[in-house]
Amino acid sequence: MSASNEMRLAFSARSENEAFARITVAAFVSQLDPTMEELNDLKTVVSEAVTNAIIHGYDSDPAGMVTIEASIVGDTVSLVIKDSGNGIEDLELARQPLFTSKPELERSGMGFTIMENFMDGFEVISEPGNGTSIAMTKRIESKKALFN
Amino acid sequence: MSLQVELEHYRDVLIVRLKGELDHHTADIVRFKMEEAILRGNSAHVILSLKDLLFMDSSGLGVILGRYKQLKARDGKMVVCDVNPGVYRLFELSGLFKILPIHENERSALTSLEVVS
Ligand SMILES: Nc1ncnc2c1ncn2[C@@H]1O[C@H](COP(=O)(O)OP(=O)(O)OP(=O)(O)O)[C@@H](O)[C@H]1O
Ligand SMILES: [Mg+2]
Repeated sequence: MSASNEMRLAFSARSENEAFARITVAAFVSQLDPTMEELNDLKTVVSEAVTNAIIHGYDSDPAGMVTIEASIVGDTVSLVIKDSGNGIEDLELARQPLFTSKPELERSGMGFTIMENFMDGFEVISEPGNGTSIAMTKRIESKKALFN
Repeated sequence: MSLQVELEHYRDVLIVRLKGELDHHTADIVRFKMEEAILRGNSAHVILSLKDLLFMDSSGLGVILGRYKQLKARDGKMVVCDVNPGVYRLFELSGLFKILPIHENERSALTSLEVVS
């Protein structure tokens, strides 16, 4: 395996699409033969980033579009999850565990902490008024490797 | 994929069995069903039974924390049982185990609450 394998997904900012997004990414990554735990990690971070785009990026306005770009190079998965919504004023504050700007919606403020913990690489690019882009990578050890 | 919420009243305990996937889309159902069941059944305590909860993200943490606060305001307790590894990691990472005692199964969870009350 050398050249990269890529896929791109764009969908409306509707909560119904959260399950669709994480299942689609999981199906794409399944070619690397990930463990149940790796697959669960990936589904969780996709769910976190997509939910953030919908709730915070677009204030739940379904006219907004969320995009996911996924690529596989060797045994590493890269994900870029993007919205062109509100953006983040104070990134350092936003990334702190338990910080949420929407406590009235029963958010726990754990989304970014979960993404950082479940992935190997994690980066946020955001500009107020210009949207947010989350880039993440994870190396898949794969079940096969466990047997060799 | 969606979520089913099964509710059972046992004495002053409400047993909540969550089956399926708990995310932002399905969290509202859990919130409303639990809120109503706690008030209507006048339940003191809640057991969250999570054997068939196949997926959960931070939206699940939020709704669980919300119900914990609701119960605590009425001097009630919340415990969890039958937690699978994926959900366990989220509870651990968020520090939820510091406030929610965890049990092997519904029976031991019930026992723990009856000793308390
Ligand atoms: N895509 C985004 N667009 C605008 N703001 C964002 C975006 N993602 C995150 N934020 C900001 O960063 C904060 C922290 O995000 P994080 O996901 O950690 O917590 P949360 O979404 O508030 O709660 P939880 O994820 O636990 O439900 C949010 O409250 C919000 O203010
Ligand atoms: Mg979030």
